[in-house]
Amino acid sequence: MNGVRVLVGTRKGAFILTSDAKRGRWDIGGPHFAGWEIYHLKGSPADPNRLYASQTSGWFGQVIQRSNDGGKTWEPAGNQFVYDGVPGTHQWYDGTQHPWEFKRVWQLEPSLTDPDTVYAGVEDAALFRSSDGGQTWQELSGLRSAKGNLWQPGAGGMCLHTIVLDPSDPQRIFIAISAAGAFRTDDGGATWQPINRGLESKYELPDSTAEVGHCVHSIAMHRSRPGVLFMQKHWDVLRSDNAGELWREVSGNLPSDFGFPIAVHAHEPETIYVVPIKSDSEHYPPEGKLRVYRSRTGGNEWEALTKGLPQSDCYVNVLRSAMAVDSLESCGIYFGTTGGQVYASADSGDSWSAIVRDLPAVLSVEVQTLP
Amino acid sequence: MIRVVLPHHLRTLARVGREVELQVEGPTTLGLVLDTLETRYPMLRGTIRDHVTQKRRPFIRFFACGQDLSHLPPDALLPDAVAMGAEPFLVVGAMAGG
Repeated sequence: MNGVRVLVGTRKGAFILTSDAKRGRWDIGGPHFAGWEIYHLKGSPADPNRLYASQTSGWFGQVIQRSNDGGKTWEPAGNQFVYDGVPGTHQWYDGTQHPWEFKRVWQLEPSLTDPDTVYAGVEDAALFRSSDGGQTWQELSGLRSAKGNLWQPGAGGMCLHTIVLDPSDPQRIFIAISAAGAFRTDDGGATWQPINRGLESKYELPDSTAEVGHCVHSIAMHRSRPGVLFMQKHWDVLRSDNAGELWREVSGNLPSDFGFPIAVHAHEPETIYVVPIKSDSEHYPPEGKLRVYRSRTGGNEWEALTKGLPQSDCYVNVLRSAMAVDSLESCGIYFGTTGGQVYASADSGDSWSAIVRDLPAVLSVEVQTLP
Repeated sequence: MIRVVLPHHLRTLARVGREVELQVEGPTTLGLVLDTLETRYPMLRGTIRDHVTQKRRPFIRFFACGQDLSHLPPDALLPDAVAMGAEPFLVVGAMAGG
């Protein structure tokens, strides 16, 4: 099949949306794991039939599910996430030190080359790796040595929500944590450094340019230029042209530079997408108009993409992991909302339509381009 | 045979019906019943008790014979009616308001 498979995690289950390459007619599969929160599901770039899903519940805890047939059937994998050694402590809301406690998996990032290797970003913030298809998990605990004692949970929890693997260097990984910032390893996860120079959080931090503590919402990279990173921070959209050594703001003419996801066009490394949200106090689109903003210049100059999106009375949010792109010749862009809509554009964002309108609140959207 | 009734979401996870029957080898303590349940259905590990501490998850309750047994220690014997299979041991997801 030549087409796309859109993997949607929601508050009450997973859905798999499939289409041929025209992306005009969609089949809606699911719910899988009905009634459970599905924070994220993602396919292996090395084997598109291998999928991983993070299934969680306030009652029953964490389950990891794995599929070997593109999501038709699933089997539970390992769900034991134990911090390496003595877990230690991080900053708590009242200023005291608080022990690390595992709560859930926010992000699953399969290896670019091995279907059995997958990374998990968890709350309380840490990075785990499995090299046996998700059966067992080992923490890459060097990350918490990167000033982990100063990390502090934001209102959404202290979660490791973004994992970006460098396609040109298997030893290099970028991750982001709320509210600690961005970090990079250059040795396969043994040691890590904060990469937050250039970030400014004047309303969120007493030291607005602190080395850690910034509320990074998401990071995106184009695989052809792994040294160039784009970031949607709590406030501000930024880019780095040196693998995170230094960031500069590229919010430009956005109506609001608060938001959650950021994505890069599959074939144009300087074309990026964000969804502006009014503010950290009012999590919905400015003026009730759902607009994706596109920059074809790597930031600063933005255009509103509105065709097919509601332009009045729209008060949904788009969460950090809920936007993705396909890699068909005419790049497709997809995002899901807290109102349960999944919107798609098959023309790089020029026009949009809803694939489905009434899912539970969407937590994550990933896309597989099928050969 | 010990009869165990699981909540809906754990039934779907373990792919079982409302009630499962367990052959418990030894005294019918709370801990041994849960050990036996997890051995038979390993996908339930971590969903009822914490993997490491073995403590009951906060929003899980254990009922049997009209009693709340949630706070029993692991080595406490379950009621005779449960041990003999006359009454089921209930694993319950706590109520959520709203």
